[in-house]
Amino acid sequence: MSLRTTPFHSRTAALSEGQAWRRWAGYVVASSYELSHDREYHAIRNSAALFDVSPLYKYLVTGRDAARLLDHVVTRNVGKAAIGQVLYTPWCDHDGKQIDDGTISVLGEQRYRMTSADPTLRWLHLNAGGLDVALEDVSERTAALSLQGPSAREIVQLAAQRDLSKLKYFRLTEAAIRGIPITISRTGYTGDLGYELWVDAEQALELWDALIDVGTPYGITPAGMLALDVARIEAGLLLIEVDYFSSRHALIESQKSSPLELGLGWTVAADKERYNGKAALDAERLRGPSWQFTGLTVDWNSLERLYADVGLPPRLPSQAWRTSVPVYEQGGRRQVGYATSGGWSPLLKRYMALAHLETSSAAPGTSVRMEITVEHRRKQATARVTPLPFFNPERKRA
Amino acid sequence: MTAAYLARAGKKVLVLERRPRVGGAAVTEEIFPGFKFSMFSYVVSLLRPEIIRDLDLARHGLHILPLESTITPMENGDYLAAWGDHDETRRELYRHSPRDAEAYDEYGRLMHFMAQAVKPILSMVPPDPTSLAPSDLAGLLRLGKHFRGLGAERLHALVKLMTMSSADFLDEWFETDVLKATKSASGIIGTFLGPRSPGTAYVLLHHYMGELDGVFRAWGFAKGGTGAVSESIAAAARSFGAEIRCDAAVAKVHVNGRATGVVLENGDEIAARVVVSSLDPRRTFLELLDPTQLPSDFVADIKRFKFRGSSGKVNLALDSLPSFTCMPGIGRQHRGAFSISPSVDYIERAYDDAKYGAFSRRPYMDIVFPSMIDPGMAPPGKHVMSVFVQYAPYHLNGGWSDAKREAFGDAVVNTLEEFAPGFKSKILHRQVLTPADIERITGLSEGNIFAGELALHQLFFLRPAPGWAKFATPVRNYYQCGSGTHPGGGIMGASGRLAALRILKDGL
Repeated sequence: MSLRTTPFHSRTAALSEGQAWRRWAGYVVASSYELSHDREYHAIRNSAALFDVSPLYKYLVTGRDAARLLDHVVTRNVGKAAIGQVLYTPWCDHDGKQIDDGTISVLGEQRYRMTSADPTLRWLHLNAGGLDVALEDVSERTAALSLQGPSAREIVQLAAQRDLSKLKYFRLTEAAIRGIPITISRTGYTGDLGYELWVDAEQALELWDALIDVGTPYGITPAGMLALDVARIEAGLLLIEVDYFSSRHALIESQKSSPLELGLGWTVAADKERYNGKAALDAERLRGPSWQFTGLTVDWNSLERLYADVGLPPRLPSQAWRTSVPVYEQGGRRQVGYATSGGWSPLLKRYMALAHLETSSAAPGTSVRMEITVEHRRKQATARVTPLPFFNPERKRA
Repeated sequence: MTAAYLARAGKKVLVLERRPRVGGAAVTEEIFPGFKFSMFSYVVSLLRPEIIRDLDLARHGLHILPLESTITPMENGDYLAAWGDHDETRRELYRHSPRDAEAYDEYGRLMHFMAQAVKPILSMVPPDPTSLAPSDLAGLLRLGKHFRGLGAERLHALVKLMTMSSADFLDEWFETDVLKATKSASGIIGTFLGPRSPGTAYVLLHHYMGELDGVFRAWGFAKGGTGAVSESIAAAARSFGAEIRCDAAVAKVHVNGRATGVVLENGDEIAARVVVSSLDPRRTFLELLDPTQLPSDFVADIKRFKFRGSSGKVNLALDSLPSFTCMPGIGRQHRGAFSISPSVDYIERAYDDAKYGAFSRRPYMDIVFPSMIDPGMAPPGKHVMSVFVQYAPYHLNGGWSDAKREAFGDAVVNTLEEFAPGFKSKILHRQVLTPADIERITGLSEGNIFAGELALHQLFFLRPAPGWAKFATPVRNYYQCGSGTHPGGGIMGASGRLAALRILKDGL
């Protein structure tokens, strides 16, 4: 295969019923294992779904100035983070436009792991001038699994033979499963109770087998990207190259977004003296961002009517979509934004979308109109601005 | 459901429940330590998606999981499988009959149209065809237009569906007996009719109706069992300010020109501007009221309303899953249903037993393993098994007794043992529920799971009685809701919602 396979491939390939694969950062990962992603989706909310997330880029940042470097690059305050903490953070160019988003794990004193969706090593080097810091790309060496869902804790506890009730949301701990050293972080991309397990690629398969063994009576279900895509929309989590463009890939200015425009204002530290994009972000915060990233709920009756007009029952996307769809003001003439991801939530029985809206049209409850193609014709369905996330179970943080 | 909608509209609502928990026949109980059972009703079919959205039921804990396949073991050791995937199902059917494999798609398409034709009726207050009231006339006109719009071919099919037996209707489409048997089984659930009884074809439609609602799955399983559906509705009602009092059985409804409140069995009296009964029509009118408070022809209609409970339930705690001869081993087949309906004759014979007052010696059964779908239903590695059984007539010769209940339970497990040898040795605990038990525990008259038979002569503007299908009753401020009213049973919520809307519309 000319694309790379992950350290779990021999297991995941054996499970693939329909040979449905997707590319991710130069790797192939399962779109779904079963012929439909339905059960894999429900496992996220019902029991525990097991994702192979190895294609993430991973960097080890160590040394006396490690925190200084990271603080210079990302918008959150890394210096203030405690050992064992994980930060979700975006990072920006000097104009305050978002380059990427990922996590920073504080593994120990002067020891950090950064994950990203795009290669970031060069950017880190560019920013490390004069600093006492070592950068190592551990992407291939480190395999990662994400176990997400209400039974995730029971399974990981049983596998690691330890109590994890004290491991809080966005914290990590070192542990071992059947003698395999791993890092467990209480993180994920589903908005549910869940953990990510980081392991040396050499021992990846043993870890997979151990989890499947222990997890089977608890309903552990290997799941692919199609299921994940629905869950992450329910959770209101954005995806690079889908919901926003990296400012480094943008060809024109209007393709760029700032974290403030992406609903990530909470990740932009107010108390940091210097970081890439600070001046621009400070100014933008002062004048207020012109765009908001928010949820839309398509009004069912409105959708039903559009289809009834042509004699059909409402059709719903069977998978989450990721295309740009125009959103208009209530009157239906002036475009006020665009949705970038959407789909049917089987859990909430709601047609939801993630959208960029002009600030003036983005207040929760505002009625707008979203374009829907019905029988090859462009129509508009009423949609309501809904605060994100759509689904936020207590167990996520409890 | 009515309470949740009324509370949502700002009304002060009190729910009175006889049992220690709400839900009636939609309850989850831990009958055997560590094993949870959807004691009676066990699948969710037509719960309206607008209700899930209106009441934000997901936030209150509702999660409906797909039930993806049906396996019918045959007596010759083969099987018929319907999988979630269309290609897979067609290939399976092709094995039995290439002709049927092709007809299956056409049949599905027709049923889809039929369901689309019938669906609006479910969400509408049934107009009275004998009334000249403007709202009835408008409703009838809408309905008439709707049916005319179907076109001749579909209208004919609809009339056939309304009048034929499911076996006859399916004969027009398919030649594979086991396919016809399994499909027709869905037409007899909860009725005292057999697959060859006229009128059963209509119920075939119900399987297709769920799909239209964007649920994508006609049948589903509620995480935590069907009790979780009830609990989520109760939680929603409470969030809107409704009060729910359990262990509070209502003895009578006070009537003084209009309904003025209720008196509980413990003697407590509660005054209310409006009283709504979600009990079945017999209890709503003949028990909670004094029949002299009602017009005599109405009382006669209610007395004629047929219940005739015909089904039982066997709930089993299992040490491990049974392996079926037709598809040995443990696998994805256990995540769907097993239907013990090997042939049309088999089901009709099961009905023959019941016609003459006996339970079926070899009954029709619909089996699911809820713990395979929601692992939380049983301790890790163990399982619960839900067996819906038909026929078990309420009016059993000589009446039901403990000995007969166990004999009925034996008939069930012995029949299953034929299809899954070794199955009996895996049973840790067995609960057998006859229609008499269903009546005793839930209060459903004659143990009818739909609070009155779902037969055409008791549906739409005839449910529960001609002229009184619009949730009002002959007693002012006394309303009815629940499965005994339009559009009937199943975990649907539709009647409760419509009743609440009616009450609000009446300005009460």
